[in-house]
Amino acid sequence: MYGGGYIFDEPNKKQLWEEQLHDEPEKLAAFEERIAKGEKIEPGDWMPTEYRRQLTRLIEQHAHSEIIGALPEGTWITRAPGFKRKLALIAKVQDEIGHGQLLYNAAETLGKSREAMINDLLSGKSKYSNVFNYPAQTWADVTVIGFLIDAAAIVNQVANSKGSYGPYCRALERICYEESFHLKQGHDAFIELATGTPAQKQMLQDALNRWWQPIMHFFGPPDKTSQHSEKLMQWKVKMASNDDMRNQFLDTYVPKIWELGLTLPDPALRKNPDTGRWEYTDPDWNEFFKVINGGGPCNEERLQVRKWAEEQGRWVRKALMNPQDRRVLPVA
Amino acid sequence: MLNESLDPRVNRLKLGAPGEVIKVEEGENWNVYEVFHQEKRGAHHEHVGCVHAPDPQLALVFAKEQFARRKKCVNLWVVKSADILAFDVEDEDMFANNLEKTYRDASGFKVMEKINKFKQTK
Repeated sequence: MYGGGYIFDEPNKKQLWEEQLHDEPEKLAAFEERIAKGEKIEPGDWMPTEYRRQLTRLIEQHAHSEIIGALPEGTWITRAPGFKRKLALIAKVQDEIGHGQLLYNAAETLGKSREAMINDLLSGKSKYSNVFNYPAQTWADVTVIGFLIDAAAIVNQVANSKGSYGPYCRALERICYEESFHLKQGHDAFIELATGTPAQKQMLQDALNRWWQPIMHFFGPPDKTSQHSEKLMQWKVKMASNDDMRNQFLDTYVPKIWELGLTLPDPALRKNPDTGRWEYTDPDWNEFFKVINGGGPCNEERLQVRKWAEEQGRWVRKALMNPQDRRVLPVA
Repeated sequence: MLNESLDPRVNRLKLGAPGEVIKVEEGENWNVYEVFHQEKRGAHHEHVGCVHAPDPQLALVFAKEQFARRKKCVNLWVVKSADILAFDVEDEDMFANNLEKTYRDASGFKVMEKINKFKQTK
């Protein structure tokens, strides 16, 4: 799962961006030419400071999203209906944690330590996908997450896997391969409720109504308000605009929702036959910014659970920190 | 806590106060090990990524969870990243060489021509 289109940036860094573009014009030109040719940038290569900073933020926040995203779903492992659903959910949650590890590794190649990233998550300096600040109230919420949030994340991740930074692309290729199972099991559980008893159907419709706004928020604010997207797209850090990704998601998944006789809580939602693009009521972006800055229903719980885990696990990590030297035989 | 959690397990935890500062120390997440994955016996081990671990034994355990829980795998290697010696990226040009390599290629040696020529002169 889980990388959204939105990369949280600290407002005071905007100035730096402009200045650094003129740092080393020759190296910058060679760097941009490589990217334009479709070459991958690797950890040891020269890169503009701003490229490094933006990528670190992007990958780190993606990693945090995987780790935090496992919490609302993990809640439901003990209560998943039936053995098969429970097995699938355990496997999925384990995958998400694995994805977090892969992404932290990719971010580490840019110079930031794992510990520094975790500290920035715990202090609230570094963000994660906003959708995980909402609770999964019923089993139907879990199926909506597993189907639609994963689907949205795949749209974003498939795009990003064609980006310019080698380690991130390689991590994403592995992640996308595993996500295909997540999406399928989510869709399967979603269909089961949609085609089930009236009570099951109602439960799913309620969950869909609750999640529609967070899903519309998922790809980030509209293009007209996004800052310095252009350079990030030229550098292939960002592979598609927020609106384009949202449109691609709607195009693929709204029909799959409607075909099951479900509705979406936006009367304006429709595909414009002339432009081929989806039209919708703008979701409440003030709510989005309020939640990302700590004001959502679960922000506090998510971070407190993470802090608890770090605290409680510390003695184990420390006990293992200075192991006795052991003799290792050659591997081949 | 502000809200009662929907997760009974979370409610049973003694969570800290909101805004409490928890800091992970540098080094607490241990060392980095590179992981090499073997898909079938006799195949090359291929580099697939890395894991954080305090020692090689645990690196193997984590590598198994991380890189062998899906696709076929018969063996894994782990190597401390610090122990890998590699050329500098800037030195890539040292691998640039003459494209004329027939002298080290089977096709560069035309023995039949010589044998036939020898047979004709006999």
